[in-house]
Amino acid sequence: MLIRSKPDIPPSEITPCDVYRRRREFLRAAGAYGAGAGLSAASILTGPRIARAGAKLANVRKSAFSTAEEQTPLKDVTTYNNYYEFGTDKDEPAENAHTLKTRPWTVAVEGEVAKPKVFDIDELLKLAALEERVYRMRCVEGWSMVIPWVGYPLNELIKRVEPTGKAKYVEFVTLADPQQMPGIRMPVLKWPYTEGLRMDEAQHPLTLLCLGLYGEALPNQNGAPVRVIIPWKYGFKNGKSIVKVRFTERQPQTTWNIAQPREYGFYSNVNPEVDHPRWSQAKERRIGEFGKRPTLMFNGYADQVAAMYAGMDLKKNY
Amino acid sequence: MSVKSPSQTQIGWIKAAVFAACLVPLALLAWRGVSGGLGANPIEYITHATGWWTLTFLLVTLLVTPLRRLTGLNWLLRLRRMLGLFAFFHVCLHFTTYIWLDQFFDWMGIVKDVAKRPFITVGFTAFVLLIPLAATSTNGMVKRLGARRWQLLHRLVYAIAILGVVHYWWLVKKDITEPAIFAVLLALLLGVRLVWRARKPASVAPAARAQSA
Repeated sequence: MLIRSKPDIPPSEITPCDVYRRRREFLRAAGAYGAGAGLSAASILTGPRIARAGAKLANVRKSAFSTAEEQTPLKDVTTYNNYYEFGTDKDEPAENAHTLKTRPWTVAVEGEVAKPKVFDIDELLKLAALEERVYRMRCVEGWSMVIPWVGYPLNELIKRVEPTGKAKYVEFVTLADPQQMPGIRMPVLKWPYTEGLRMDEAQHPLTLLCLGLYGEALPNQNGAPVRVIIPWKYGFKNGKSIVKVRFTERQPQTTWNIAQPREYGFYSNVNPEVDHPRWSQAKERRIGEFGKRPTLMFNGYADQVAAMYAGMDLKKNY
Repeated sequence: MSVKSPSQTQIGWIKAAVFAACLVPLALLAWRGVSGGLGANPIEYITHATGWWTLTFLLVTLLVTPLRRLTGLNWLLRLRRMLGLFAFFHVCLHFTTYIWLDQFFDWMGIVKDVAKRPFITVGFTAFVLLIPLAATSTNGMVKRLGARRWQLLHRLVYAIAILGVVHYWWLVKKDITEPAIFAVLLALLLGVRLVWRARKPASVAPAARAQSA
């Protein structure tokens, strides 16, 4: 566990009102689980992976893929968000996302697979050993953070549904519910927000099925209850609040590509040499830092991922 | 002593009040700065705030003439220079934020930005065009240039406002609601001038025209 001095009461210590209101239900569930599985009192108290926003995730392993760079404070990670379903201003998701209901929640995994299945979120939380992955996150807008995500390789999920030979791509479909998401009423983007990866990208060990950050279940504004993290790509590729994972033969359509095809390609790998048509991608501002730092090829993950793009013209396949 | 024709002293008070009001946005920004209210990306916040207020002051400046015409309150004209200079003041803050806080005097980067990024090109153009207007805002300069030429020069503000709105429109990633609101307001302010101009009989003396522009 990394020891960090936090000022005042960190937001993580405050029980979200949604959790507080459902405390009885939570205790019942925790009790039933604890009794059934014969778990220790400690794990009942921490809520054995019955995760709500702000709930601690138990048994999280460290990962060799983590960076040792200074982590962006939790407050910045949870108040400076691009999540247009809850508003297009950076502070709007933190204000509005409390209406997102993350239980019950299922993720349908389907398409070109031998074993399609609808996973319950609590099943996903137990599917594989949780790891903390401290990754750099580079937004296409020119800022970046370092975030300790919690999850496991997406490949763990992929293996279980057994993709067929036809599965060349994976599409992520995210929630689009106007009842829970005020931003959906605005036709800013084509809803639902969809993203996609090539099969090898999806199976890459760095690609994370993400269920938490800073040791706790994902806050709503960060894409609760489950999202993907592809650290060498621009942040918008990391689909949030996923409800469907579909394996396809054809390259799936992606939301930002539909919105502005010239500006946002399917690949959207972090690349300091390929500018966004309207701004340079050569530098970035790390949140919390004053000056700008140079942006690294594949966001600093070139050693691990560059081989997947060998021979490809990255200016064309932006 | 009426709303229509306030005394010299009253005008003085009105000007002082408007001056103080015009400083409020900057004061709020400064307050947010010292109280840690600028969010996770303070430089972006300051850049957007100063830019937003530049556009707002430009529109308010452009509102003076139509408002004066509609209400008959001719003294409103005497606030116009101050409002225009506040627009210039905020664009200076905006520009300084960009070259200092954002780019940190990376002159090569700045030159590239201005040349390559259309939204920065138009924003920079608007800023440069505002400089002669600010420089010739004194009574002495009006005299030196002559009312006709001065007025002709200051019509540049129409182009500047358009460039300013285009600058905002082009920089927004996707949600163009706010720049669209600015665009509509600007279109109204410029449109009303066109309508009045079209309606104006050709016989009006140039001097009268200069006054009402």
